[in-house]
Amino acid sequence: MAQTNPKQADAAIGLEGGPAVAATRRAMLAEFWHYFRQNRGAVIGLFIFTTIVIIAILAPVLAPHSPSMQNRGALLVPPVWEAGGTWQYVLGTDAIGRDILSRLLYGARFSLFIGLVVVTLSVTVGVTIGVFAGYFRGVIDVAVMRLMDVILAFPSLLLALVLVAILGPGLMNAMIAIALVLQPHFVRLTRAAVMSEKGRDYVTAARVAGAGRFRLMFKTILPNCTAPLIVQATLSFSTAILDAAALGFLGMGAQPPTPEWGTMLAEAREFILRAWWVVTFPGLAILITVLAINLVGDGLRDALDPKLKRS
Amino acid sequence: MALLEIENLTVEFDTSGGTLRAVDGVSLSVEAGEVLAIVGESGSGKSVSMLAVMGLLPWTATVKADRMTFQGRDILNLSPSDRRRIVGKDISMIFQEPVASLNPCFTVGFQIEETLKTHTDLDRKARRQRAVELFHSVGLPDPERRLGSFPHQMSGGQCQRVMIAIALACGPKLLIADEPTTALDVTIQKQILDLLLDLQAKTGMGLILITHDMAVVAETADRVIVQYMGRQMEEADVLTLFESPKHAYTKALLSALPENATGDRLPTVADFDLENTPSTGGA
Amino acid sequence: MLRFLLFRLALLIPTFVGVSIVAFAFIRLLPGDPIMMLAGERGISAERYAELQAAYGFDRPIIVQYLDYLWGLLHGDLGTSVVTRRPVLDEFFTLFPATLELSLCAITLAVFLGVPLGVIAAVKRGSWVDQSIMGTALVGYSMPIFWWGLLLIILFSGILGWTPVSGRISLLYFFPPVTGFMLIDSLLSGQDGAFRSALSHLVLPSIVLATIPLAVIARQTRSAMLEVLGEDYVRTARSKGLPPARVIGLHALRNALIPVITTIGLQIGVLMAGAILTETIFSWPGIGKWMVDSVFKRDYAVVQGGLLLIAGIIMLVNLIVDVLYGLVNPRIRH
Repeated sequence: MAQTNPKQADAAIGLEGGPAVAATRRAMLAEFWHYFRQNRGAVIGLFIFTTIVIIAILAPVLAPHSPSMQNRGALLVPPVWEAGGTWQYVLGTDAIGRDILSRLLYGARFSLFIGLVVVTLSVTVGVTIGVFAGYFRGVIDVAVMRLMDVILAFPSLLLALVLVAILGPGLMNAMIAIALVLQPHFVRLTRAAVMSEKGRDYVTAARVAGAGRFRLMFKTILPNCTAPLIVQATLSFSTAILDAAALGFLGMGAQPPTPEWGTMLAEAREFILRAWWVVTFPGLAILITVLAINLVGDGLRDALDPKLKRS
Repeated sequence: MALLEIENLTVEFDTSGGTLRAVDGVSLSVEAGEVLAIVGESGSGKSVSMLAVMGLLPWTATVKADRMTFQGRDILNLSPSDRRRIVGKDISMIFQEPVASLNPCFTVGFQIEETLKTHTDLDRKARRQRAVELFHSVGLPDPERRLGSFPHQMSGGQCQRVMIAIALACGPKLLIADEPTTALDVTIQKQILDLLLDLQAKTGMGLILITHDMAVVAETADRVIVQYMGRQMEEADVLTLFESPKHAYTKALLSALPENATGDRLPTVADFDLENTPSTGGA
Repeated sequence: MLRFLLFRLALLIPTFVGVSIVAFAFIRLLPGDPIMMLAGERGISAERYAELQAAYGFDRPIIVQYLDYLWGLLHGDLGTSVVTRRPVLDEFFTLFPATLELSLCAITLAVFLGVPLGVIAAVKRGSWVDQSIMGTALVGYSMPIFWWGLLLIILFSGILGWTPVSGRISLLYFFPPVTGFMLIDSLLSGQDGAFRSALSHLVLPSIVLATIPLAVIARQTRSAMLEVLGEDYVRTARSKGLPPARVIGLHALRNALIPVITTIGLQIGVLMAGAILTETIFSWPGIGKWMVDSVFKRDYAVVQGGLLLIAGIIMLVNLIVDVLYGLVNPRIRH
């Protein structure tokens, strides 16, 4: 509570950007970091995630080969530590002689890109709809929430699969489909938070002070609902990566020869009993990325949720 | 021989901010048939010392004492299973929030018969019979039907009566009542206190009453211990304490009673300079 | 109770109508003309086209078409598969037992492992036991299960040779389906080794499908237990001198299970999504694989009907869970 009070007070009297506010923000950030740092798993997760981001950015520098270059003379070469492996292909090659390590490094770009686009898309749409539904209530609210119920009635992956089938297979369409099935969570969360905040005194104070509707909705109320949204966004980031990989695996996501991890797995499926490495490494990359994000997500939840804070 | 004897009890909690001493050098003894009141404000360590006696503190707590005996038997270094043979049978306890203290998922009948099942050899029918008697003795109307009720179907006062019935189920020698009336309506408070004193007189058990309410103390206790910030400030029989309080904190507590108010403002403990007054507590 | 049930069922109707609209709309949104699709490569004459259009009712207004479809729905007519020419509902009922058997095994595994693990972690909070259970749970929760399935195949089928790679039972055995559950049918058939074969086919898919629900249930049980263990009534139970097993296993767990039941109910959607991947990996002839195959074969009647049926099942299960929730929570029951 203590950390939201100053902000509420500022919002109520319409103060923003003053030096006092900046100091409060810094203090809040410091408090958040204090709690976040105590969670060892979260810090490890953050470290791994940062590493993956760096790998994604530096992929062209780090990768020993081009991700699409085929070497007919080196098909299904095992990793370096297995008999027959060479340092030229540290993690081995796939069925058409492409370097797995290079493909994995480039694949990090796709996964992070997918996560980023999907979360941005679903947060923007979901939060906007949620704020409107929660603020105005009435017929719009009922209609919107029914629609969200309908979307949530389907298993998300199935709905995404059918949507991609309609839109046509491909990475962009997969991202749109996943964003669509993920956004109801943001709508629900935002709506509930807005409804509970709307009746608070600081909102009334801001209204009395003459704040307009949009200001009330997005500047006064929304910032006080951010904590659960941040946590949900983190979880959606990992869900998006998993679902996109699953769609890729089913052949409906990124199309070959894109070095997307799920697509790589789909291509590798027929070799599972002959060449374990073509299957193992892409999946491991997905697991590690998703795990790191979920670790961060857990840490964020613990650090942002005052109810769970240890005394 | 005293029923319960504690000498120099200390309880410390491990927290993320270091060690916190909740109880510091408390000593007390209770005789059979006696009513001892422990008074103090919230956070003064009244409950913690009694939870230590019951062995109900969380694992973060460290309990130390020179001596802690019940009927002459050491209860500080008791194995958990030996302790369970005493707790709930010979020493029992009731708590501040009667509704929250009963399990919402089970009928109150189940919860009282469970205690009987744990500590006595009574068969099902006899347990039922005993439960009805107990409910009757704590003044719950229509006991047979009440046994089938869930806690949320009863009022706070009724729940506290159930808690008392459970506590008395195995005929305890000592009952610890931790602010038993704080969460109740004023009219019910009186009823519950009367019931407790009545049952105490009938059974001759010892009763430790933890409270922050000096008025309750005046009405009920034989002897009083005043506790502040985990320390024992004063120990006296009830008349002496009210006639001539020795310690500044006790005086502060007494003057905070509404009937002692002078002028248009009720004094608070904060009005008294406690830091510069030597403690007379301890042993 | 009955009134409550009917009320809840009535609440589902608008959602279900919405679901039917979505499923119906998908077909109309699909690229390509369904009649041209039916005609296939050969192509058809203009008269035949008009004839077919009239036969399928595609020439009528879209609202009429939807109401027609809804009318059929109410009579159990979900259309006909373009590929197999069989009614969608018949196909569904042939394949559903396979998915049900797999899902039941998976959820049983998830509950009977997840709940105890969550309880242990909560009781031993902060210890290495807690940390390893929760660490493993987080890995399970983050698992790309399609990869996990492939790994298990590599290990248990490839290297160790313990389990078969795909299908529900070895081709050596054949018997007519009675219940549709291979475990039961194989026993009923009385054929030697049939049950063993069915079981060995079921093990890996069940583990794969159970992974995420298990992790979620363990995490939820732990946090529910942690909350409950701090409650006054748990202290009361201990003050009665009850043994720890009873305090934790009865007084605390009974209360902690209330939120966990909701979580278990939510896993049905996760199971259905998981079934799509699991059944594809293990060539398990259930509705998950059926849906994926139909999407690829552009068998839109099946996709539409399947979407509707799966959503309907999930809604029904959620209703059952809600009722169960009321039953285990005395505060709601009365």
